[in-house]
Amino acid sequence: MSTVNLTMAILLGGLYAGGFYLILQRSLMRILLGIVILGHGANLMLQLAGGPPGRPPMVGDAAPAMMTDPFPQAMALTAVVITFALTTFLLALAYRAWLLLGHDEVRDDLEDRRIRRLERRLAESEEDEEEMETEATQ
Amino acid sequence: MLALVVSHLLVALALPWVAARNTRAAFTVAALPPAAALVWTLGHAGAVLGGQEIVESLAWAPRLGLEITFRLDPLALLMTVLVSGIGVLVLLYCPGYFGPGSADGRRSAPLLLAFAGVMLGLVLADDLLLVYVFWELTTICSFLLVGQSGISREQRRSAMQALVVTIFGGLVMLLGFVVLGEAAGTYRISELVADPPGGGAMAAAAVLILIGAFTKSAQLPFHNWLPAAMVAPTPVSAYLHAASMVKAGVFLVARLTPVFAGVVAWPVLTAVFGLLTMIVAGWRALHEYDLKILLAYGTVSQLGFVMVLVGAGTHTGAVAGTAMLLAHGLFKSALFLVVGIVDHEAGSRDIRELSGLGRRLPWLVVIAVPAAASMAGLPPTLGFLGKEAAFEVFLHGGAGQAAIAAGLVLGSVFTVGYSARLLWGAFANKPGIPATAAHAPGAGLLLPAAVPALAGVVLGVVYPAVDELSAAYAAVFEAGTDPYHLALWHGLNLALLCSLIALAGGLVVHAARTPITRVRGRLVNPLNAQRAYERSMALLERVAVGVTGRVQAGSLPTYLGIILLTVLAVSGTALLTRSTPIEQFRAWDRILQVPLAIAILIAVAGVVRARRRLTAVLLVGVIGYGIGGIFIIDGAPDLALTQFLVETLTLVAFVFVLRRLPVRFTQSDPAPGLRWVKMLIAVGGGVFMAFASMIFSSARQTPSGVSEQYIARAEQGAGATNVVNAIIVDFRAFDTIGEISVLAVAATGVASLILTSRHERRRRRGSLPITERSAADESAAPGNAGAAGPIRPGTGEDPQGRDPRQEEVRE
Repeated sequence: MSTVNLTMAILLGGLYAGGFYLILQRSLMRILLGIVILGHGANLMLQLAGGPPGRPPMVGDAAPAMMTDPFPQAMALTAVVITFALTTFLLALAYRAWLLLGHDEVRDDLEDRRIRRLERRLAESEEDEEEMETEATQ
Repeated sequence: MLALVVSHLLVALALPWVAARNTRAAFTVAALPPAAALVWTLGHAGAVLGGQEIVESLAWAPRLGLEITFRLDPLALLMTVLVSGIGVLVLLYCPGYFGPGSADGRRSAPLLLAFAGVMLGLVLADDLLLVYVFWELTTICSFLLVGQSGISREQRRSAMQALVVTIFGGLVMLLGFVVLGEAAGTYRISELVADPPGGGAMAAAAVLILIGAFTKSAQLPFHNWLPAAMVAPTPVSAYLHAASMVKAGVFLVARLTPVFAGVVAWPVLTAVFGLLTMIVAGWRALHEYDLKILLAYGTVSQLGFVMVLVGAGTHTGAVAGTAMLLAHGLFKSALFLVVGIVDHEAGSRDIRELSGLGRRLPWLVVIAVPAAASMAGLPPTLGFLGKEAAFEVFLHGGAGQAAIAAGLVLGSVFTVGYSARLLWGAFANKPGIPATAAHAPGAGLLLPAAVPALAGVVLGVVYPAVDELSAAYAAVFEAGTDPYHLALWHGLNLALLCSLIALAGGLVVHAARTPITRVRGRLVNPLNAQRAYERSMALLERVAVGVTGRVQAGSLPTYLGIILLTVLAVSGTALLTRSTPIEQFRAWDRILQVPLAIAILIAVAGVVRARRRLTAVLLVGVIGYGIGGIFIIDGAPDLALTQFLVETLTLVAFVFVLRRLPVRFTQSDPAPGLRWVKMLIAVGGGVFMAFASMIFSSARQTPSGVSEQYIARAEQGAGATNVVNAIIVDFRAFDTIGEISVLAVAATGVASLILTSRHERRRRRGSLPITERSAADESAAPGNAGAAGPIRPGTGEDPQGRDPRQEEVRE
């Protein structure tokens, strides 16, 4: 079989890079767009994995040898629809978050932040104790 | 046997209803299942002692080799008599102790019965894994019974300590069970005893299992949970923490000693830790003022003593161990119940406050004296028989054995010392302390305490009965030509001398209690088990905070970045080191792919740089349509059609939401350095995926066979010329059903989210003046309400608006 051609590989790389960058952002809307783009990339890759372009898989239109592989197409089709469902749900979540919180940002978890502050405070107090001990011994 | 265990648990389940109405009735009902178990066991005692074994097995998951097997053998018989017999007595004692309407009593009745059930299961179980299950269940019962209401800090702390220490030991023991079971190929204890496995794994299993036994039986250095657990009500302490649960560790050692006969470490470890425990805890008991704590340290000390005996792995050791096991269960439960009566009637159990109780409570003295005599090892009690046999075990060996014997004598000196201290502290007239007032206890309290105390004496006198039981268990060990038999009189021998030394020494220790306590105050105490436990718990918490604080940043970008970096590092390395050739390399297949790809890439760059939401969304639309175009070029018209349709719907949905959101993205990326890091990770991920797509696709060697079949059969099998359609609606219709379900779930979620919001907006418009959030309201002006389609607002919602989320909004 044959590999994905260079143009398509670059396109995939571009789509994934863009998607990755967007999901690393704080704005929920940009994360959502990132997921949409990643979905596009994944669907495209599923389709491309089927092989080089050919005739549509319609029985009677072309000889089976000329056809593209129908199986990855069916998979990609399912994936496209599911990506859509996921997108609308996330969109509704983003909208709801904005209504409730007045922003659509993904902020740090408060509880985790408190644990981190506690950690820092404990570490500082331990350092202080050590310093006092060393001073006392000197 | 299974029926007996299950009946305990079923009655325990029903008991809370009874207890809520009448506590006394609840305890009486609770005493029935243990009484049935006791009667059943005693009924089979003759057969068991005659060498017969009663086995009951239920194949639970036979494929996995899991079965519920119970076996009544001499050791199980002994333990059942203790567990069920003392259980009945304690449950009958409870109503008098707790009094009517006591919350602790209501709670304890079902818990005590459940404990009796799982403890019965534990002693009867013939399967290591079953032992483990019951083992942990007793731990949980103990936690609940010690903690009680959990109102006081002391209760919570003690219950937690008991739980943490014994669960830790239980897990280690489970590991040992698995090592042992895998080495032998069976988890059945009877099969293990019959054919002990060998090999290096056995030593590891021995150490692991001993750790479990040591934690449960409160051996050094894990012993401190037991005195701490004395915050529990006295009947609970008498039953769980003297007569039955803490015996589980010793019992397990007794069960497995024949299996570990070939492991040198087994008797050495039990002897060293058992002796240390016996001496250290005995020494502690000599200085306690709280009678209950004194008894608790006494229990720890005696458990160490029994541990030494049952771990020895000799015939005499087994005889002595079983005799002591029975003796200790009887005298210690009696003494705990006596202390409970003292506490109940005099309102104190502090030696420094009690005085002259002996004259006020003469019947209590009558009960306490034989029990304490058995503890001290005075003839003609069962304790004396056990102790004689115990000295006998180690008097005929080398220097090591002699050292153990000397240790046992020292421990026995302390035992006699604290036995005397107990009697003196509870009942004696002490100069300078006013005589304590006390009510006369009722027969309901006295009788349950009297039975085990008297049994200790009676069994000492009719020693052949106990001897038969001990010998039946000890039969697994090599008896030699002249096996040891329990008897009150063996003639003038070394063991008797040891007993006399212990007695005399103990009385001296008690007489010299004041100077000895003064000496103890001057001794430095570098090793404190309680402090060690607290330190290790604090350290554990500190490490947890440290790890959580560092690892769990709580920031989504950080987590995603770490995940991406891991993918890059792990999969990327695999990709670089694995040299699958790229076959048929070419720049493009159709020239039209190039302009489309360029357009899409430009759109991607635009989305990443976009500041306005609408721009970004429209550019994502461009990407989607572009990919649809590529699908057409590739020869996938159905896919392209779906892509166009879905892209249009997505755009529409986005536009509906975007009307309500601010025009620009919220900008909150403070550090520019961080942006570069994100960009680097993203580009790395993109490059990785590009390579991966090329290498994965060239790794495919042959065209997909299933596709060929789909094409060949589409027309005949599905009546379709479009193969993709045939696959979706026919060949792989289940996939499609799954897909439709996902759509339905997502649609439900979206509808509920949007409808909640609309409902709130209406409420807010009616009730609240303009706030800083009114931007949301403005954009959500009437006429924009079409977003959710024909579904009416407020359907799936409580019209009264009791949804907690709405409260948030109003604040």
